[in-house]
Amino acid sequence: MTKVRVSMEVNQQMRDAQIEPRMLLVSFLREELGLTGTHVGCETTNCGACTVLLDGRGVKSCTVLALQAEGKKVTTIEGIGTAENLNPIQLAFWEKHGLQCGFCTPGMILASYELLEVEPDPDEKVIREALSGNLCRCTGYVNIIKSVKYAAKLRKKGMRGLRKGAA
Amino acid sequence: MNPKSFEYHAPKSVAEASSLAEEYGMDAKFLAGGQSLIPLMKLRLLSPSHLIDLGRIPGLSYIRDEGNHLAIGAMERIAGIARSDLVRRQCPILSQCAHQIADPLVRNMGTIGGNLSHADPTNDMPAVMVAAGASIVAASGQGSRVIPAGDFFVDTFTTALKGTEVLVEVKIPIGPTRRGAYLKLERQAGDFGIVGVAAVLEMSSDGRCLAARIALTGVGPTVVKATRAEEILKGVELDKNTIDRASRAAAEEAQPSGDLRGSAEYKRAMVEVMTSRTIQAAARRRAER
Ligand SMILES: Cc1cc2nc3c(=O)[nH]c(=O)nc-3n(C[C@H](O)[C@H](O)[C@H](O)COP(=O)(O)OP(=O)(O)OC[C@H]3O[C@@H](n4cnc5c(N)ncnc54)[C@H](O)[C@@H]3O)c2cc1C
Ligand code: FES
Ligand code: FES
Repeated sequence: MTKVRVSMEVNQQMRDAQIEPRMLLVSFLREELGLTGTHVGCETTNCGACTVLLDGRGVKSCTVLALQAEGKKVTTIEGIGTAENLNPIQLAFWEKHGLQCGFCTPGMILASYELLEVEPDPDEKVIREALSGNLCRCTGYVNIIKSVKYAAKLRKKGMRGLRKGAA
Repeated sequence: MNPKSFEYHAPKSVAEASSLAEEYGMDAKFLAGGQSLIPLMKLRLLSPSHLIDLGRIPGLSYIRDEGNHLAIGAMERIAGIARSDLVRRQCPILSQCAHQIADPLVRNMGTIGGNLSHADPTNDMPAVMVAAGASIVAASGQGSRVIPAGDFFVDTFTTALKGTEVLVEVKIPIGPTRRGAYLKLERQAGDFGIVGVAAVLEMSSDGRCLAARIALTGVGPTVVKATRAEEILKGVELDKNTIDRASRAAAEEAQPSGDLRGSAEYKRAMVEVMTSRTIQAAARRRAER
């Protein structure tokens, strides 16, 4: 099948490649760009491990064609913080034990990122609803909710996204 | 899991999309948000050799108040509808429905046009459109036509759209005498419903129900219109007895089949319960206005 060109801004950097039209966004990120922080769990649009932000909105990248992101902005877990300079949401998940194996965590954090951009001070019900497309097999969710609440607090104290305009 | 190879087309207008559909016929599919289509293609249940992406056609994503109806563009995301204050105020049934579809991530991609065109009997928007008496605008290179929602859903995965027609807009009547609600019984958050009930009541100032429209999700090959229930509610006061009779009629009109979500018998029983709750929820909207 003939390849086509796709270009998009990934973590504030323009990226383009020749791809097969059937390539999924998650494969583009992981295989073309080597951004393996975006995980693949179920592959059937259920678990949300593959969540990335597309123009600031969380989507399941296993169910989006790379070509659907043409000309758009994509933010992955690599784009919101670094090991030396964690995003407040990453810090909060760490401090409040919002993860065990960590497989769901990139998706949880990006879904939380979208939520906190829209709703800086969410209550538990709002957090549960916002994360209802993200499954965790380890934590039982309680610490994830605590983490998001704590992240909201950290952000309010002025620790906003460390890389401004990441999403 | 990847779809089979296909050729990708990104038309810039509805006319161009329609002529591509004409050219490739049965080998082509329109792509909107992809939240129904891509899973089917990954499972190889569908393998179109041409994909016509509607995502790059400008001007198909909007929500407008046009006085006696809301006009919503086909590519408006379900999340956009769920977030819209205009929809919440003017058409609470649609807002309520959008919030109950899938999960926030799927809603960020999935569109109203896709939810209706897909015509899965467990898609939630079709029943709401039928109950609200909405009109669906379909366009092709040859112009456009308006299809009443009541005639749009023909069978499972089958609508009144011709292969070359693009759903471009949905018009949903609104007005101060209308009260609508959509309730859905789910096995788990974010899942398709077991049973869904949409009710839109036309109320008089003295609290009588002048007319009612009831439509059911998930209990037939396509949306089921509970016309006998509607008859029972027409022109009367909505007391418990009337609501009970209408709910029983709706349960009799349902055509459920047993599957993973429950037996036919269970679903029929749930239609009765959910219809009663939905009528009451719609009638209660009075107080909110
Ligand atoms: C995990 C999960 C849970 C879900 N839960 C629910 C749920 O609870 N309730 C519910 O209602 N839905 C649910 N869905 C389905 C979801 O709502 C879909 O997004 C929606 O049904 C299709 O919209 P789309 O824009 O993604 O369409 P696509 O998947 O792009 O297209 C669907 C079909 O419609 C056709 N089409 C799309 N747009 C047009 C148009 N404008 N004109 C003509 N044809 C068109 C396409 O050719 C295709 O055949 C769920 C999906 C997933 C993955
Ligand atoms: S891998 Fe995409 S939703 Fe599970
Ligand atoms: S921490 Fe293991 S799946 Fe969530």
